[in-house]
Amino acid sequence: MVMTSDPRPLYDRLGGKPAVDAATEIFYRKVLADPVLSPYFDGVDMERQVAKQAAFLTMALGGPNHYTGKDLRAAHAHLPGIGDEHVDMVIGHLAQTLRELGVAEPDIKAAGAVATSVRDEVLGR
Amino acid sequence: MLAGLARQGVELPSACQAGACHTCLLRAESGDPGEDGRRGLKPTLAASGYFLACQARPVTDLRAAVAGPDVITPARVERRWWLGPRVLAVRVRPRQPVEFRPGQHVTLHRGNGIIRVYSIANRPGQARRDGLEFHVRVYPGGQMSEWLAGAAPGTGVGLGVPAGHCFYLPGQPAAPLLLAGTGTGIAPLLAIAADARAAGHRGPVTLLHGAAEPARLYLGEHTPPGLAGAGIRWRACVQSRGEDIAEAAADELAAQPDPAAARAYLCGGRGSVTRTKRALFLGGMSLASINADEFAPAAAS
Repeated sequence: MVMTSDPRPLYDRLGGKPAVDAATEIFYRKVLADPVLSPYFDGVDMERQVAKQAAFLTMALGGPNHYTGKDLRAAHAHLPGIGDEHVDMVIGHLAQTLRELGVAEPDIKAAGAVATSVRDEVLGR
Repeated sequence: MLAGLARQGVELPSACQAGACHTCLLRAESGDPGEDGRRGLKPTLAASGYFLACQARPVTDLRAAVAGPDVITPARVERRWWLGPRVLAVRVRPRQPVEFRPGQHVTLHRGNGIIRVYSIANRPGQARRDGLEFHVRVYPGGQMSEWLAGAAPGTGVGLGVPAGHCFYLPGQPAAPLLLAGTGTGIAPLLAIAADARAAGHRGPVTLLHGAAEPARLYLGEHTPPGLAGAGIRWRACVQSRGEDIAEAAADELAAQPDPAAARAYLCGGRGSVTRTKRALFLGGMSLASINADEFAPAAAS
């Protein structure tokens, strides 16, 4: 169990960059295995994608990140037909990943809230 | 820089445009090509002013020349024979030994700026004895491949500096090794598998050869004689029989006692390499354990 009484961001409590890199692979595997989300990742460079996912997780977990709304807008602008349901699915996979890593529910909720805060950028609203 | 030159009407030989194949190797005569163009080059090459035009973003004036005789080893075609329909084995003997790691690729220079990248199919010891062996898919009208098919023994060629990161590293000798190649992508994998065994790798080694139709399995359905006795499992995957190399690789991974410990080597066309990589990742492998060498088609020249 990752302790919630520790005041540091979840990113640090999980173990910083190495832990987040490991979590990223678990998360990305869930996204790719999702039949609704997986077609959006056809033909993408997996190494580059993992680096982007790691940046996303780092942001959601309160780690040092340079994620900007502009990047998010540009990265998702060409994806046909993405909507709130896709964002919800991605946040669901994030929650499940953290659950598997022993993260407590309040922390999962907090990470989900950070992730959902960029929803409008992702959906180009 | 490669794209910039092309816009000015200067077409340099190039293929992968991703810094891997080294076809567009240039040497700076004056000025600084910048760090991007040197990334992934052998330090000795970088120190001599070499850089890759496809990666370089020079910020100063730059005078550059195509890679010269100091990095191109003169060589002769020693032998060539057909391995199967449209697949030629070519052995090339360099004037001085060319050092490489099994699984690496090298540029072959025909002269008049015609350069192609081929993976080396044999290992250094064999290459010293017999010459470097390449498996060449012969395309109708191919400026290199068709020419090689008609090149008499003794014909002069040039060899660049071997490159590529798809090779066996000792350590974890019990890990399962999965090697999947489509077409002539199997060639470097033969060298890697043999190298792993020679280095004492005792874990299970599985080679998968993907082909569009049975006739294109130019090494046959079963373990080639050169690998027999090395304890290497061989699996042919023929598209026209409904066999998919990505699915087959995932099956083989799932059959391993410890899939998460596996290491994979993938070579061949971009599509099959990408799909196989994804299938192995979904099967539980870390991307860091998957080495891939995508074959890029030669740019029209």
